[in-house]
Amino acid sequence: MSTTKKYPIGMHPALPPPSGSVGPVRWMRDNLFSSVSNTVLTVMGLYLIYIIVPPFVEWAFIDSVVLGADSRKECLKIMGDDRGACWSFVYKRWGQFVYGFYPVEERWRVNLAFLLVAATVAVVLVERLRANKALMIGALLLPVICFFLITGGLFGLVDIPTNKMGGILLTMIVGLTGIFVSLPISIMLALSRISKLPIFSILATIFIEFIRGVPLITLLFIASTLLSYFLPPGSNFDLLLRVLIMVTLFSAAYIAEVIRGGLAAIPVGQYEAADALGLSYWQSMRLIILPQALKISIPGIVGSFIGLFKDTTLVVIIGLLDPLGIGMAAISTTEWSGLGTELYVFIGMFFFIFCFSMSRYSLHLEKKLHTGH
Amino acid sequence: MANNNEKSAIILAGMHKWYGDFHVLRDINLEVKKGEIIVVCGPSGSGKSTMIRCINRLEEHQRGQIFVDGIELTNDIKKIDEVRREVGMCFQHFNLFPHLTIMENCTLAPIWVRGIPKKEAEETAMHFLEKVKIPDQAFKYPGQLSGGQQQRVAIARSLCMKPRTILFDEPTSALDPEMIKEVLDVMIELAEEGMTMICVTHEMGFARKVADRVLFMDAGQIVEENTPAEFFDHPQNERTQLFLSQILH
Ligand SMILES: Nc1ncnc2c1ncn2[C@@H]1O[C@H](COP(=O)(O)OP(=O)(O)O)[C@@H](O)[C@H]1O
Ligand SMILES: [Mg+2]
Repeated sequence: MSTTKKYPIGMHPALPPPSGSVGPVRWMRDNLFSSVSNTVLTVMGLYLIYIIVPPFVEWAFIDSVVLGADSRKECLKIMGDDRGACWSFVYKRWGQFVYGFYPVEERWRVNLAFLLVAATVAVVLVERLRANKALMIGALLLPVICFFLITGGLFGLVDIPTNKMGGILLTMIVGLTGIFVSLPISIMLALSRISKLPIFSILATIFIEFIRGVPLITLLFIASTLLSYFLPPGSNFDLLLRVLIMVTLFSAAYIAEVIRGGLAAIPVGQYEAADALGLSYWQSMRLIILPQALKISIPGIVGSFIGLFKDTTLVVIIGLLDPLGIGMAAISTTEWSGLGTELYVFIGMFFFIFCFSMSRYSLHLEKKLHTGH
Repeated sequence: MANNNEKSAIILAGMHKWYGDFHVLRDINLEVKKGEIIVVCGPSGSGKSTMIRCINRLEEHQRGQIFVDGIELTNDIKKIDEVRREVGMCFQHFNLFPHLTIMENCTLAPIWVRGIPKKEAEETAMHFLEKVKIPDQAFKYPGQLSGGQQQRVAIARSLCMKPRTILFDEPTSALDPEMIKEVLDVMIELAEEGMTMICVTHEMGFARKVADRVLFMDAGQIVEENTPAEFFDHPQNERTQLFLSQILH
């Protein structure tokens, strides 16, 4: 009290906060040890981390074997008493994990496609993409280029049948196609569903509710078996293409509902202001309503993308070999049998890295697009 | 009626509107000359907003006729677009586009609806932002502005389309008292420059100062219509008298 200086009225300057009200010690006191129960939880949390993390790190990294073993037995021999993970099967079969059964001498095409996708992602992340026409055209051409690179048939590239595609390549094909094709479809579905024209809203509603009411596995089975009954006999409708269509429609139905939620959150005043300015329906949707609705929907949309990406593992069921399928084939051989834990940890890490990155990017995007209201 | 179309900015002739079974506007007749300032007042729910929203077809009327600059409003989308290009509107809650900067709010419609080159649209926008006295906010987002500033941006946004008529729906009733004047000042300036305006407002000082006519609406009808002096000093209808005694205490 006595140290507080008096200032003339209205002349009080901004002072630094009293010591102990900011800084890491203060943060820990506020967030970790603010009460007895909070302290107990903190201690329990630390204990859990202690009993899980060090043994896992030891198993996965310190005591593990990657090189120099051709079977599980050799792994065990190398490890001796310190039993760690045997990653050798991943190393030995790395080619299959990445490319499936894509011919070895053609793998450069897949590498090039991966590189193009990675470069595009990098450009998007660096955010120099300021409504630049060249970049937009590039982004639209990318899927076409990748399609011809991977399947061949143009520019003297050898045709590669889709049943040779597997592993991470397959995950990427199904995941990325699903993500990029389902987004525009889902926007159209959401707009149809809220359309004033009953024919659009009824059709969109039936479609969305049907797809959402059926498990993806069922749709994949329909794709792999039932569709053949409807197609004219002798027609050869590529299995991978059928899967792509089903996965895309499945995710489009879910994302459409997310976007519909976003659309419902836009105040009617926005529609009215757009109308009053003379914007047409499509102009007001594209310039006013969708940018705001999609922004609100980002967490939900990315959630659906993450779900879709993980659901690509279901293609194993109809005989396509994604990384999980490749791995299961590997550990069912005599050399590598018994390595289930390693396989699932490896596949888990693979999906976690991609999904976690998407999730972080979505958070970043939300922050970036926030315009303060 | 038709021979008056040339001189009249807006004609409402025997206009009715229903919301479902609810007869919200009943036999509205109103002719607004070019450059005329009309103030509309009346109790809440009397149909003031609905009436002016019919003029740019945010609401559809079911009987009677509406002419704007000689164009009759029907289901014809082309006519509706034509009318909306010529009629600006300012809303109670501003309805600025929160994801666009002030500048983008002001240039969007000129660029997309009128097809004006971006550069020219930006110059025009800057001109009107100066007019409403916020050129320095041009590159902020609406969420960073005060209510009064947002409403002035909304006015500038309408002006950028170079409308012949502007409709105001209670432009100051969502504002804190100290911001009302800055918006009214802009409106007064517009009125003095010859803009045709229909203002739903209870700002009686504004009405006295610039209105050519004041309309009083109640229960979906125009009950009384007079010059501001007559309207405020010698209201004829008892409902008008009651209403005025309530707001002018
Ligand atoms: N979209 C609507 N559907 C049904 N009734 C409405 C709708 N909009 C307004 N109303 C009703 O119409 C009447 C007139 O509304 P409004 O024109 O907004 O009045 P004011 O602007 O004079 O306060 C009110 O009783 C209101 O409840
Ligand atoms: Mg109103």
